[in-house]
Amino acid sequence: MENKLYDYILSLGDNSLILGHRLSELCGHGPSLETDIALTNISLDLYGQVRNYFQYAAELAGEDASEDSIAFLRTDRQHKNVWLVEQPNEDFGHVICRQFLFDSFHMPLMKQLCESKDERISAIAKKSIKESSYHERFSSEWMKRLGAGTDVSNQKVQAALDHFYPFVNEFFQETPLDKEMKENGIGGDLTAIKEVYFKNVHTLLLEAGLTIPEPNWRQTDGKLGYHSEHLGFILAELQYMQRSYPNSDW
Amino acid sequence: MSTKKEWPIWEVFIRSKNGLEHRHAGSLHAADAEMAMENARDVYTRRQEGVSLWVVESKHIVASNPEANGEMFAPAEDKVYRHPTFYELPIELKHM
Repeated sequence: MENKLYDYILSLGDNSLILGHRLSELCGHGPSLETDIALTNISLDLYGQVRNYFQYAAELAGEDASEDSIAFLRTDRQHKNVWLVEQPNEDFGHVICRQFLFDSFHMPLMKQLCESKDERISAIAKKSIKESSYHERFSSEWMKRLGAGTDVSNQKVQAALDHFYPFVNEFFQETPLDKEMKENGIGGDLTAIKEVYFKNVHTLLLEAGLTIPEPNWRQTDGKLGYHSEHLGFILAELQYMQRSYPNSDW
Repeated sequence: MSTKKEWPIWEVFIRSKNGLEHRHAGSLHAADAEMAMENARDVYTRRQEGVSLWVVESKHIVASNPEANGEMFAPAEDKVYRHPTFYELPIELKHM
């Protein structure tokens, strides 16, 4: 049971870890000072959540495990994040669209996890939900601005949306682990979230003057450890220090 | 050629946790009031600086003319009696 809980916590934390890293790449490169800081703030919020998850996971793992060893010393196949969060930044439209598609999932998940039977997960969710709520507000607001802005901004964000849409169903791929965690009251109910997700996302996309894509393929299996080529490059950068100088400290 | 239009400038005022009034914190760029409020939150309150925010577009602030500083402010220089420093305060009265 403890191993499964450990895996489940990683599956929650890895999405925040990898998306947090992608956003951190924009630090100093945002399109304006204000959006640069906003995106960096979101990155830091996500890293804060990761620390909470990984500290808990490290306690469950025992022995020499620490939040750092979990963050910096796992291989790509040991990561359980969805493909969406590892996709490159490309342009501001992509950054906002990816964030919006993630936040729209993250928010209802956090709402559910507030009620988790696992006290630690519930406490982390209660702390995270205020942050996630703001992230969702920020990314939704920008989706509307870009979608209903100029022809160019509309085209760019629509291109990003078309590019990312095949990835979103992966959020709702219920692995045997997800199923077990749902049934024992620890994890979220992905089927229920899916309903809320597409209702909210569709409403906003239409309001933003965007076309809801109908992808002819759908990504799966990131949660099972299968990833795009991008994750390896992310981990190379993320893990460089710990790999090169083992056990170095802050 | 760039046809980039700059967003207008907004002034940000923050009331800190124990503060009674909003104080000017700085300025930022934003396309409209809603974005100005979000930007103010992101740029100026990330280190728990405050519990309340005001934003106002800079063009709505009426500023005094620096060239008129002489007639505006100099006449107050030699009017020390306008400071209430000539009263003897009772000892019971604190925090004055």
